[in-house]
This record gives sequence, structure tokens and C-alpha cells, in this order.
Amino acid sequence: MRNYLDFEKGIAELQGKAEELRAMARQNPNLKVEAEADQLESRAAEMLRDLYHGLSAWQKCQVARHPDRPHALDFIRALFTEYTPLAGDRNFAEDHAIVGGLARFRDRPVVVMGNEKGHDTQTRLERNFGMARPEGYRKAIRLMQMADRFQLPVITLIDTPGAYPGKGAEERGQAEAIARSTEACLALRAPIVSVVIGEGGSGGAVALATANRIAMLEHAVYSVISPEGCASILWKNAEKMKEAAQALRLTAQDLKALGVVDRVIEEPLGGAQRDRSLAIARTGDAIAAMLSELDGQSASDLKAGRRRKFLQMGTKALA
Amino acid sequence: MNWITDYVPPKIKSFFQRREMPENLWHKCDSCGQMLFHRDLAEALNVCTSCGHHMAITPRERFHALFDHGAFSEVQVPEALADPLHFRDEKRYTDRMKDARRKTGENEAMLVAKGTIYGLQTVCAGQDFSFMGGSMGMHVGNALLAAADAAVEARAPLVVFAAAGGARMQEGILSLMQMPRSTIAVAQVKDAGLPFVVVLTNPTTGGVTASYAMLGDVHIAEPDALICFAGPRVIEQTIRETLPEGFQRSEYLLDHGMIDRVVKRGEMREELGRILRLLMGLPPAVHGELPPPPPESAKAAPVKAEKPTREDG
Ligand SMILES: [Zn+2]
Repeated sequence: MRNYLDFEKGIAELQGKAEELRAMARQNPNLKVEAEADQLESRAAEMLRDLYHGLSAWQKCQVARHPDRPHALDFIRALFTEYTPLAGDRNFAEDHAIVGGLARFRDRPVVVMGNEKGHDTQTRLERNFGMARPEGYRKAIRLMQMADRFQLPVITLIDTPGAYPGKGAEERGQAEAIARSTEACLALRAPIVSVVIGEGGSGGAVALATANRIAMLEHAVYSVISPEGCASILWKNAEKMKEAAQALRLTAQDLKALGVVDRVIEEPLGGAQRDRSLAIARTGDAIAAMLSELDGQSASDLKAGRRRKFLQMGTKALA
Repeated sequence: MNWITDYVPPKIKSFFQRREMPENLWHKCDSCGQMLFHRDLAEALNVCTSCGHHMAITPRERFHALFDHGAFSEVQVPEALADPLHFRDEKRYTDRMKDARRKTGENEAMLVAKGTIYGLQTVCAGQDFSFMGGSMGMHVGNALLAAADAAVEARAPLVVFAAAGGARMQEGILSLMQMPRSTIAVAQVKDAGLPFVVVLTNPTTGGVTASYAMLGDVHIAEPDALICFAGPRVIEQTIRETLPEGFQRSEYLLDHGMIDRVVKRGEMREELGRILRLLMGLPPAVHGELPPPPPESAKAAPVKAEKPTREDG
């Protein structure tokens, strides 16, 4: 963990002080500061626990976008073997904002796909910050159609601010590509399970997440519009993003209550960014559980069940 | 359902409804600035008689001009949960809904109707831009699903007139979920082997464009309509350059292969009549004197087929 969020300042200070004390003790072994450092650290841990148990919707948005969070490729590398990336939409380009290919998940051949945001300046630019162009969705369609042909389960990892709003993307049919991708999810005769690992940004997310089972990491968010966008339209003031985040009910917990997601994957204390391997391992177990729930279902059961799932959405209100 | 909502031409119906009277008898064209007499404008289906600019039109007015003799019956849409998120911004969502209902005299942003076009039984769904910008929430999803059911049941084609500023943000994630839900509606019509035609009108944006509005067998747009996923302002903020003339307008999309045809509103009835009959394998319509709308009992099924079953039961 390298980066603290603004609301974690208190924790950063305590941990910084503890670190200083330990550094001093290393230089001068006569200094008896061990106990004090321990105390600072346990106070920091307590603070972290309290903070993360009561994160506001806007704070969750910040956690979901945390640069140190594990991204799609981190999950793919850790949870899958024989990952064989496949590229291109066979029409215009390869879109690096959506990764995917063949792989093996716990001995089972699958197709895995995800929005990849990148982890440093260079890879973020290369991945266009996880914002796909039409080619990305068209590649996803191609992979889903291949999965359909070979009855391979499809696993999608969702983490995008949204589809890219650019001139070329519009000219090449961003809307059509997203619509067709959603349609391809619905047409699949193989199981499809999705995990929102960070940001589920609107149509760009739903195009890959129209699935039989949908899970969300505990501090991930999934929304029709970004809080900033919503604030600038409804409040006419982009600074009102905290209010907008709250009003949109975009947290994993609210989406579970609304019946939009099936399960919430518990994150390590202080968020997935503080213990990436634990977050990834728990996600792997959730994927396995979701796939096993679908085991034995016929192609038409899978398709009908997926339709039913989405048709039933909107019958539960929040308390 | 009472006799007013069922089979009464809207011109008569308007006497019963609390539609607001035009405050001003003259309407200024948004495009050329010409002052237009309200009756002439209504006659021209809200198309400027001076410059041809297509202004917004409600689904009710559109259907009146589209169906034979202006007669159609409304397809009932299952009611959606009201305000499941308890949403409020500067205003409560429930208050915004009340305002929109009072202002438009309509219940929600999409109207579904059944009638005949040149004698062919057709189901139409129209998005109402005057109702909260036509925004797609649970009602629009339910309306499209009801329209698909009605089309499949009657073995009739489905025509959707899209118009929306985007998603109904006040319904949060549930508005986003209308993208897959409306796609299911489209799939049901296509699975039944029936035509699905989309008419894109000004504006069609966001999640609406990125779902049912781009999944038609045929895409027709009214002239100069804004049709996009991301709006021009969002794009200009992102790429920080000025966009070309006509960007994201109907004619631009035609050039870029996203739509099939650009058709004036006044010619839409004939256009749809022809395309639907061609797709349904029917002989050309007899122009001129039109048959009266068939009585409820004598509705002919245009294509003989087994009763379709919905996969979701
Ligand atoms: Zn004009």
C-alpha cells in the first residue's frame, strides 16, 4: 500500500509515527520505543476498522478507484492458469482497455474477460484508464460467441469508469457495440458470472455484466452514472458528488438489497488495496461458488434463468 | 380499462384530458426563428413549415398521425415501484414525477399502442421527451416488455420511437438495468420472427442508444436528430477539441453506417407501412381509401404461426 486516501489521513499519521519510532530504534538500540510504536499501530488498526465499517458511499467510490487496488489482470494472473490472451475485433483494432482470452479456472477451461485500468502512468495510458472503445466490446462479443460454441463458462471482471466518450468511438458505433455486447451476454448458452471488482461504470459495465450470477467486492460501486456526472446534472454542481453518491445507492450492500447483485465478497480490513492476495483469493472462491450453482443447468435453463433474473429486477425497494 | 383509454382517437380524447391549452397561439421555431401558428404546426406534426426543422412531438400526437384513422388502443404497462431508492436531489423524485404528470397529462415517459398501419396490425412504443426528458427508468423497461408481449401475441411487428436524454438517474442502478431488460424485450420479438424497427428521434442518447435503439432490424432516423452514446459536450470536455459540423446528427450517422435511412416525419407513416409489409411478406398496401379499423374480434393474424412461448415463462 503506497497511497492513502484523504479520509485516511489520521491513520497515515499514526502509522507514519510508528514507522519513525521503529526507524529510530533501529539506529539506536538503547531506545525503548517498541511498546509505544505497537500502541500507535494498534490505534491505527482500530481507526481503520471503524472507518471501513462506516464508509460513506462517496468514500467507497474513492476506495473502488484506489490505484493500489488489484485490477483485472492481477485477478487473472492469480486465479487462472494457462491464460491465453486473445486480441482484436477482426474489424478495426485491438482495444487494450478490455483484456480477455482462454484460460483454466480450477481445472476447468473458461473464457475470462475484464476491464483493465493499468497500474502506472504508462499502462494507464495504454489501457485508456479502463475506458473501452467499440472495438473492446466487439472483441468481447467475439469471445462470448466462441465460448457459446464450445460451451465454456464466461467469467467477467468489471472495473471501468465507463465506455470511452470520444469522437472516433462515437463514429464507430459505441452505442451499437455496447448494445450488441449486452445482447451477446443474454444469448449465451453457457454460464456467465461477473464480479464488479472496482468501478462498475454504467453501460460500459453492464455490457459485460449481464450475467447469470453477479458478485461485488465489499467496497466496489456500480452505478448508472458517476457521482460527479449526476451531481453536475441534477445538482448543477459537480462538487455535490458526495450527496449524489449517497442518493444513487451505488454500494454493493444497497445493490444486494435491491436484488441486482447476488453476493458481496468481503474485503480485507481496510480494503482490497491493503491485502491484494486475500481479496483475490476470496474472489476466486466466490467465482467457484457461483459457477457451481449453475452446474448441471442446460443451455436453455441458463438462458431462461438469466432473462428471468433481469426481468425480476425492480420488484424490491430499499428500506 | 375504460372506453376512453380504449379505441378513442386522441383528438376526441383530448377533450377529456387535462392537457394544458397552448399559452401562446404562436410558436417560435427553435431553428430558424420563424413564428408558426400553433394549428399549422400541429398539422405539420411539429415540423417547421418554414425550414423543415423537426421539433419534439408526444407519442400520442405521433400515434394519431401514424395509425389508420388515428385510432389506436393503449397497451397497459405493469406499474413499476414508485421511487425505490427514496431519491432526492434539490427536489424529491416523487415531486418531480408529480410535476411531470401535471405538465404532460401523461403517466410516464413511454406510451405503448396497438393499431393498424395501412391495415397491418402493429404495436408501437413511443418515448415522450416532454416527460422528464424521456428518461429510461423502470417504466420504460416495463413498457418495452409489454410492447414485446403484445407484438408476439398478435404476431405483429414492433416499432419503437426512441427519444431520451438518457437514463432516469433517480432510479439509480435500476435504471441501468433497463438496458438488459429492454434487450430481452427485443430478443422476444426477434425470437418470434417478427420485425423490430427503430425510429430514432431528437435526441436519442446514452443508455437508450446503447440498448434497444441500436438493435433494430431497420434503423430509421428523423432528420437532424442528435443520436449518440456520449453527448457532444462530454466529448468536447474529454478530448478538448471542437467536433465537426453535424457530428452525431442523423445524416452523420447515416454516413458512418449506424442507421439505414433518414426520413421526414410527414413521410414516416408511408415509410413504415412499406417496410413492415415487405418484412412481413405481405402485398403492397392499397393507397387511397383505407379500410376502417377492424373490430376486435376480426383481427387477422398476418402470418400463420404456432403460438409462441416465452422462454422465461
Ligand atoms: Zn424553422
